[in-house]
Amino acid sequence: MQGRHNRSDFSIFIMKLFCQKAIHDIRTNRFLNTVTVITIGLSVLIVSAFTLFIVNAGDMMRDWEKGVQLMAYLEPDIQEAVRLEIKDRIQSMPGIAKIRFISSVEALHQLKMQMKRQSAILKGLDKNPLPDAFEIRMTGAARDLQQVEALANRLESVEGVAEVEYGQQWLGRFLDIFNLLRLAGYAIGGIFFMAAVFIVANTIRLVLYSRQEEIEIMRLIGATDGFIKAPFYIEGLIQGACGGIIGIAALFLAYFLVASNIQQDFSSNLLTIRFLPPVIVLSIILCSMFVGWLGCYLSLKQFLKV
Amino acid sequence: MIEQKGKTAIIRIFHVHKQYGAKKALTDITLDVLKNDFLFINGPSGAGKTTLLKLLYRGEPVSEGQILIDGLNLSRISRRRIPFLRRQFGIIFQDYKLIPTKTVFENISIVLESRGKKRRFIEKKINSLLRTVGMADRRDAFPPSLSGGEQQRIAVARAVAGDPKIILADEPTGSLDNESASIIIKLLKQFHTRGATIIIATHDRQLIRETGGRVIQLSQGQLRFVTFQETVKTDPADAGPT
Repeated sequence: MQGRHNRSDFSIFIMKLFCQKAIHDIRTNRFLNTVTVITIGLSVLIVSAFTLFIVNAGDMMRDWEKGVQLMAYLEPDIQEAVRLEIKDRIQSMPGIAKIRFISSVEALHQLKMQMKRQSAILKGLDKNPLPDAFEIRMTGAARDLQQVEALANRLESVEGVAEVEYGQQWLGRFLDIFNLLRLAGYAIGGIFFMAAVFIVANTIRLVLYSRQEEIEIMRLIGATDGFIKAPFYIEGLIQGACGGIIGIAALFLAYFLVASNIQQDFSSNLLTIRFLPPVIVLSIILCSMFVGWLGCYLSLKQFLKV
Repeated sequence: MIEQKGKTAIIRIFHVHKQYGAKKALTDITLDVLKNDFLFINGPSGAGKTTLLKLLYRGEPVSEGQILIDGLNLSRISRRRIPFLRRQFGIIFQDYKLIPTKTVFENISIVLESRGKKRRFIEKKINSLLRTVGMADRRDAFPPSLSGGEQQRIAVARAVAGDPKIILADEPTGSLDNESASIIIKLLKQFHTRGATIIIATHDRQLIRETGGRVIQLSQGQLRFVTFQETVKTDPADAGPT
């Protein structure tokens, strides 16, 4: 028990020592470290701005997908018995939550209501041009666009159905653009990740060169590579964490200014932008710490090989 | 192990050769250094003194031959074990090799920190060492603010901080005045009486005559002879590096 206490005391002492050395190094090489932290911060800002866009665009897509409904327009002059048969067939299909019949008369009435002042145009019609239709809502699980498309194809094959329409057909095209942007986001994230690693690696290399003699002396007195490397790794982690926090803070500031303006313009709930969830914020900071660590690892590996 | 008057060899060198490209730095060196020996490696510049010391602490690998340190074969030692080998040595350099950005205390404490010693122990040990080398009042000074002799005393304190079995000194008095040089030699003798094996590489014959001990003579990378030098007392005012 005593031994375990001693070991943990010793580990705390060693960690404290490494942290002190790392902080001392950061203070000594203030300019280099500031440049590195700002670079990581900018990279984090750009990558997290993309993430913010993707998260909010994803939310929007999901909201739109929820609103997907299909209209199955029937062929003209269909008998009621046939109509009921069509309704039964549609209801038996998987993923259907609700089905409602809208007669051509009701449809015209609705159209007149929606057109209000322009409804006079419709007065000149001698015949109702609108067909009978079924309004179909889908279950939550079946709101995926691909499933909607599949259902639309099935509906079109039902005898007596003339045409199937779903208002958010454009959503498919938007989804393609969204996926392309997400892919671009990953690529940009990857590029900035590599750039940040490269810059951290170079900063640490410069620090290593400035302390070459000191490292050589430490090796001569019997310090292990681990003992020499540990403060640098802590330095990298601190740089990464600081860069990550600065990047996220800058993004939050931008979000605060932009989002409040946008939400004022769209005073309804039409467009709500939310900030990155805490899990993603934490992941970004951890990722930037990893960038700092990796930069150190690459430099130290090369430098201490000799 | 070779035994001589009850002493065992702590360092055994067998037919060691060292080459830098086409240039031969050491040729066929065979030598035993006994425990608690006080050994001088003498020879002119370029004789291979520093190279021989470097081979001992594995600063350089041998080109041919074998070296055993306290039974450990350096040819078979892995890279990861080198720091642990070096902990058996305390090394003193002509140019002191102190870290200029660290205080006297910090320069010595690295040795003990790297061995995982606790703060309280480090404080106690360094205070005691600084008293021994007469530098207790310069604990918080930075090396550039010290004289050459003072810096070398700190280097000696650092070399012995880890209680090494062997102290290697490469021209330890080479850049010092007579008074500082005699302080350094006195300190080395003091640690010798405490049981350490001392190996000093020097071209200074006067220093050898005044100090006394076993002497090996190197010339153009070859071991010429091994002798024993009795101490010859001289007036310190006359003594000086040649």
